[in-house]
Order: sequence, then C-alpha cells, then structure tokens
Amino acid sequence: MPIKPLLTKDFATENLEQLAVYERSGGYSGFKKALEMQPDALVELVKASGLRGRGGAGFPTGNKWSFLPKGVYPRYLVCNADESEPGTFKDRYLIEESPHQVLEGILIASYAIGCNLAFIYIRGEYLPQTEALEVAIAEARQAGYLGKNVLGKGYDIDVILHRGAGAYICGEETALLTSLEGYRGEPRLKPPFPAVKGLYGKPTVVNNVETVCNLPAIVLNGAEWFKAIGTPTGAGTRVWCMSGHINRPGNYELENGTPIRELIEEHGGGVWKNRKLKAFQPGGASMMVLLPEHLDVGLDFDAIAKAGSLAGAGAMVVMDETTCMVDAARRYVKFFHHESCGKCTPCREGTFWMANLFDSFEAGSAKPGDIDLLLDIGYNIDGRSFCPLGDASTWFPRSVIKFFRDEFQEHISEKGCPFKKSVQEAVA
Amino acid sequence: MPLAKPTVATIQDLAARYPSKQSAIIPALWAVQHEQGYVSDEAMSEIAEHLDLPPSLIEATSYFYSLFLSKPEGRQDVVICVNAPCMLRGADDIVAYVERQLGVRDGATTADGAITWHSTIECLGACGGAPMMQVDHRFEENLTPERIDAIIERLRKDPLPGPPHIGEGDKPTAAPAKKPAKPRARKTEN
Repeated sequence: MPIKPLLTKDFATENLEQLAVYERSGGYSGFKKALEMQPDALVELVKASGLRGRGGAGFPTGNKWSFLPKGVYPRYLVCNADESEPGTFKDRYLIEESPHQVLEGILIASYAIGCNLAFIYIRGEYLPQTEALEVAIAEARQAGYLGKNVLGKGYDIDVILHRGAGAYICGEETALLTSLEGYRGEPRLKPPFPAVKGLYGKPTVVNNVETVCNLPAIVLNGAEWFKAIGTPTGAGTRVWCMSGHINRPGNYELENGTPIRELIEEHGGGVWKNRKLKAFQPGGASMMVLLPEHLDVGLDFDAIAKAGSLAGAGAMVVMDETTCMVDAARRYVKFFHHESCGKCTPCREGTFWMANLFDSFEAGSAKPGDIDLLLDIGYNIDGRSFCPLGDASTWFPRSVIKFFRDEFQEHISEKGCPFKKSVQEAVA
Repeated sequence: MPLAKPTVATIQDLAARYPSKQSAIIPALWAVQHEQGYVSDEAMSEIAEHLDLPPSLIEATSYFYSLFLSKPEGRQDVVICVNAPCMLRGADDIVAYVERQLGVRDGATTADGAITWHSTIECLGACGGAPMMQVDHRFEENLTPERIDAIIERLRKDPLPGPPHIGEGDKPTAAPAKKPAKPRARKTEN
C-alpha cells in the first residue's frame, strides 16, 4: 500500500516551525479558504470527510462539533495536548515539527464552531513544545491570523496556551476542563457532555492535537479526497509511535489499514537483536496485548477492536521473547495507581491492590490464589469506575493473564521473576 | 519570602486574561515556582490574596499536581522514566547507574546541592528515544553510561539555569528571545 503522509509530508523542510517557511509550503491557506466558507458548511465538510478523533476514542469529529446547542454563546474550543498515555509521543512530534499546523487546525475548528476564544492544554512536562507553541502563537498574532478581525474577515479569535502540571487524568476531556478552570483535575459526570455544558458551563469542543492537524488538508482538498485515504470507517492516516524492542523506534505516519506487520517489520526494521516477537500492544498503556498471530491486522480503529484490543492514542509497544509480561503489566498498573485521581473508590483502591499484588509477584511472595484475585479486582474496577482511567487500568493486565497465565504461575512456583533469574544466570 | 513585583504583576495579568480568575491558579503557581523554585504555603496565601480567592482553593489545586514542589530542591532536576516502554530498553540499568554515579538514593539531592534526581512511573513522552531522562524538562534520550557521565559533569559545572519563563500565559506581543532547540524526534520514514 503506498504511503500517503498528510500531516508529516513537509516535515523534512528545514525550519518548518517558522511562520514564513510554513506559509511557503502552503501553510494557512486552509484557514484562509475556511474563512471564505460558512461555518456550517465547514462542519458538514468535516462530517463528510469521515475524520475520527485521534485522541483515543475515535469519535467522528464533525459529529462532535454538530452537538453544540444552537444559539448558545460563548462557546469554546480546547485543543487537548495533554499527551500522557505511556507509549505515545506523537503530539509532541507534531508540535515540535510544525507548531503552526496545530495552530492552523485550531483556528479552522474555532471558526467552524463559532468560537472566539480557544485554549491549548499542554502537559506540564512538555516544556520545549510549550515554547514552540508560544513562539508560533506570537508569530501568528503578528501576522494577523489571530486577534480581532482576522485577515479583515470580521472574525475574532484568540488562543490561550495553558500549561498543565503533571496529571495523566487531565487527558480525559472532562478532567481537562475541570483543570482548566483551576480546580483539581477530577472528571465530571457525563451527561451533560462538554458540547452542551463544558468549560465554564458553556458549549465546548475538545479535540486532540493530531485531529486538528488533519483539518487544513481536509479544507483544501475536500471530503472525498480525504475519504479515499485509509479504510471505509477509518479515513486518513495516523501517526504511530513505535517503541520497545524494535530496531528503529520513532513516529511513523501510515495510511489507515496498513498491516501492523508493515509498521513493525518494514518501518520499524523488525524486532531488535534478531529476537522473536513475543507480543505487542497497540494504543498505549491502556490497551490489551496482541500476539504475533495478529500481525496482519490493519492499523485501524475497527480492525484492531475486532482483534481484541484498541487503537487508542496510536502507540505500538513491541515486546521480544525475553520480556517478562508480568513486569510489563506491573509497570502499567503502578502507573495507573500513581495517576488515579482518587475521586472514585474502585479506581483509587483497586489500582492500589493490583499494584501491591503485582509487586508481590515480582518479589516472589505471591500465593497460588493471587492470579484469580487479580482478575477479581480487575472485574470490580472495570465498568464500575467513574471515568475510563479506572477501566483501562485493568485491560492490559487482564489480557496478559489471559495469554500468559503460565508466566504468573512461574513467578509463584519459582518465588520470583524467572526472566531476571535467567539473565542473572547468563551473566554469572 | 514575599513574591517579587514582576510575579505579582504576572498573577494580576493572568486573572484578567481568563474568563474566570480561578483559571489563573495553575499559571500563577508556575509563576511562583519559576521565581522561588518551589511553592511555599506563604506563597499560596499570597496568590489567594491577589486572585481574591480562598487560600484553601489554591492549596487544593497545588497539591493535586505532581510538578508543583512543596519544598526547595537541587539546582537541577533529573527525572528518569521507568514505565514499560522505557523498561523494555533498559531503564532500570540507567536508574542503577545514575544512583551509583550521584551517590544519593532515588528522590534525594546531591551533597553539593547541584542535582535532585528521581525515577518516575509517569511516562514523559519519549518512548521512541528510551531510555530517557528529563533535565529541567529538557529531553535527554537514548541514554548510555557515557552520555550520562557527560550530562552529570555538565550539570555539576553549570550555574543555576535560567528558570523557564513559561506556563504563565503567553506574552501577547513579543516572541521569546530564545528559539526552542530543534527537536530530536525521529523523522517519519516515507
């Protein structure tokens, strides 16, 4: 399948982060064209394009926009740059390489939904990326792309760059809005959805960085053009963040539907050190593990869901034959325990107990009933938590127990990690 | 220690910039940490005064977010990710090496006050360059013992870095003097 990069096509251009260079490669022409259109027509265009949100859930972007109640103002656009899912680093890459592309997407989305004040919520750890956006916003303001009466078209738009301060939960859209309002980043009950009652109680759209980056090209080339790329239910491309036991880790933009095998073997150069593939995980820390038999599944929301995992935020974590699956799951569980906001009991207490149990497997003190106890705790978190953080904390460990239960057994019978032992023996 | 005048001015600007002054809490906390290196109880009371909000509100927010420090740390902040993608590329060995080279345990500050280091389970967004660390929020990727030695040597010699003047609301008129360093992310192959 030929690769048709959309978002990254100009990334080889030197100094693309500068406004003049971005403009020379066609930058802001999408926004200019959008300003010639009626906002409602833009919403219809994006609906027709089939663009689905790239933040994780894959909700159709145009539909999200169209849920805003008519006649209620002000309304807000918030760009979610709180990328914190372990395994993902694509938003960082998109911002670093072309901050103006992100900004142009935000301006198009803002105009389409009738918003005059947009926000970028960026995670606190992304300091150089915050600086890159800060420079881009200042440049765009000077050039008249944002401010009052933009490009003489009578549209006012301002963008506030808001830096978070270290909380994974703020990537969840309602927690993000709560955080943006200055509170502890705890999620809110849905409904009402942000489209109806979001930031400051006003209609709000939250879109991921990669989602808005698609907008300039869709406006310029049309819905049909975009729909023709990818799969019938997954138009366009995605930027896949590849990490773990792979020869060439990094970001790769591929057309949706490309087989996972092509991403791992061709683009990533295959599993490192000539080792065998044991498992991989599409979507990031939250998502269920897949096995070598799933290599021919396409990179697409629906295809990956059918295979038993989720495409999530577009991470691909590759694990070779030497990986201790128990320890990998332990890290993720400890992460969710660390990041649980504490609002609801199943997640706050459940992740704590799961983390303790995983520690006991690694330490060699796990008892025979502990595997089922882990499953039981997971069952009592999933579907019973206030927001997806709790649910997702159980998906990877439960899938690992399903496929690699014998490794848990070995940790019990050998009173510790058999993988670490074999490494130590090999060294000795 | 009362807040410096420019910090107070920043906080007041922020309060006017957002539709709700409460949204200025997190950027105000960044401004305080930028000036004083951490966020003291006294500083939170001062923020409350300038924003005309109850101090409990500022404290509730500040304690929730892991990047706000409640006590002073070393001049340089070193954080190493040990989440699964970094674990797969040997992050545990990197942690052990840093501990040995710095001679202080995870979470502590070196005797000369130069470096505070800790490992974290929180993914820092550089899995493609694992194993990695952040030094004052700057990415150091594809770490090896030799690279770590060079980084530590630099940190011990470096004077106090110019603290990042960021996250306090972007300045509407002038672009910052310093251009961000060209990122080290890998290019997409195509």
